[in-house]
Amino acid sequence: MSKTSRTSITMPAQAKKDSVIEIRAIAQHDMETGFRYTEAGKLVPRDIIHFFTCRYNGVEVFKAEFHPGTGANPLIVFTTIATESGTLQFEWQGDGAYEAVNQSQITVT
Amino acid sequence: MKLLSVFALLLAILCPATSFAARQSSYELMTPENQAMQDDPNLNPAQFWVMDGQSLWQERVGKRNISCASCHGESKTAMRGVAVQFPKMVQGKLQTLEGQINQCRVTRQHAPRLAYESKELLALTVFVATQSKGMPIAVEETPTNKASLQKGRQWFDTRMGQLNLSCAQCHEDRAGLKLGGSSIPQGHPTAYPIYRLEWQNLGSLQRRLRNCMSGVRAQQFEYGSPEMAQLELFLMWRARGMPLETPGVRP
Amino acid sequence: MNKHTYPRRRWLSVFSLLGIGTWLNPVLVFAKKPEAMEAITKIVGSQVPKDGRVKLVIPPLVENGNLVVLKVSVESPMTAQDYVKAIHVIAEGNPLPNIFSAFLTPRSGTANITTRVRLAETQRVWAIAQMSDGSFWQGYAETLVTLSACTEAI
Repeated sequence: MSKTSRTSITMPAQAKKDSVIEIRAIAQHDMETGFRYTEAGKLVPRDIIHFFTCRYNGVEVFKAEFHPGTGANPLIVFTTIATESGTLQFEWQGDGAYEAVNQSQITVT
Repeated sequence: MKLLSVFALLLAILCPATSFAARQSSYELMTPENQAMQDDPNLNPAQFWVMDGQSLWQERVGKRNISCASCHGESKTAMRGVAVQFPKMVQGKLQTLEGQINQCRVTRQHAPRLAYESKELLALTVFVATQSKGMPIAVEETPTNKASLQKGRQWFDTRMGQLNLSCAQCHEDRAGLKLGGSSIPQGHPTAYPIYRLEWQNLGSLQRRLRNCMSGVRAQQFEYGSPEMAQLELFLMWRARGMPLETPGVRP
Repeated sequence: MNKHTYPRRRWLSVFSLLGIGTWLNPVLVFAKKPEAMEAITKIVGSQVPKDGRVKLVIPPLVENGNLVVLKVSVESPMTAQDYVKAIHVIAEGNPLPNIFSAFLTPRSGTANITTRVRLAETQRVWAIAQMSDGSFWQGYAETLVTLSACTEAI
């Protein structure tokens, strides 16, 4: 049983070589902590995204690990150096075989 | 100078908190971080529901297998200015925006109505409302809605619940004062549907009003009930002229 | 000098020094929560993290702890020889102390991260940075949370 959800990437489409660019990545996910109870008193099991990775033309340049304490619809804002033109690939993995991918092109001059 | 201060004092006494000049959206009471979360679509969690709504707008459903777009066309043009008119009288019945969407689904698309607070209904509502973002709320008193508006005003002014409080006692008389650690807002529905941090989810004005009612330990109005629509109508009329902020973020 | 007033003056100065000391350096007086300490030990091992270079920013007053914007910036040249390898965020007052970790590379450019976290109650939050030379640095921020985040019935 695999599932996925919407994700959103915000980053510049163009950049000067070796400049630092800011990337915002957000995924739609409840990040169920595993500490909540239903009105009937039943524990709602944990269901969160665990890992976020950013690959720049195939090379991993950034990784984040989320825990139940990370907020719902997790946002991560980080930077990377615009080394070359190409594709940035973003991947989220979590409980219940959750997987989401997104990508963005960049032209580096 | 003394005359000016006397005049200001008279103005403050004679004009209630929600006189046109003094109305304030609860956006102003939020921290800068939460305000930034609302303002930037790349940070606003509600944006995902707007995207969902955009897909649903195009989705063919029901026995007639038509989408919203089939009749209404491009949402940016067709739906601009629509949300700021609701609730309104449609064919003799007071309809909220959610109610109207369901009305279309049942009578035009021949599809089942969507449940209140369901992902689909929230997505469609926030998508339609977002098309009116920035526009002034345009609910005015008309001969047809006058009776409903009066009922709505009564709900607002009536004490309810075990705590025996009316909406007005907090949101009119004591707006701006503190309750616990938070400032009491005037309670204008300028940003609905909102992503409420408390819910960690998008929700409608009716969900928020039910939260208020449980806060005073009152019997909550049912989703989609006439009482809800009347209260919504009064609140939107009270907020007329204020710009629509949808999709909002609130704590 | 009167013999009777001297001991009282001494006690007064002792207590006032203690009071000022508490105000100036609360870390010595108020211990970190044990689980948070354990989590930090798991990260740093036998080393003692140094104070400084790590700046953690959270709003001082939070209206709702469900989604709190958190910014970490670590001073570092971020070159292949000298960069921040990881940043770990530890919350003293949450059911689980580890709330977020970021793993950077020399290609990161800066060690500035922004995310949004859940804070269960008024507490201190720590950021521990692991440098490429194996050293650990730490910084913290305190916040007042007016509404709980983690415990909630649906």
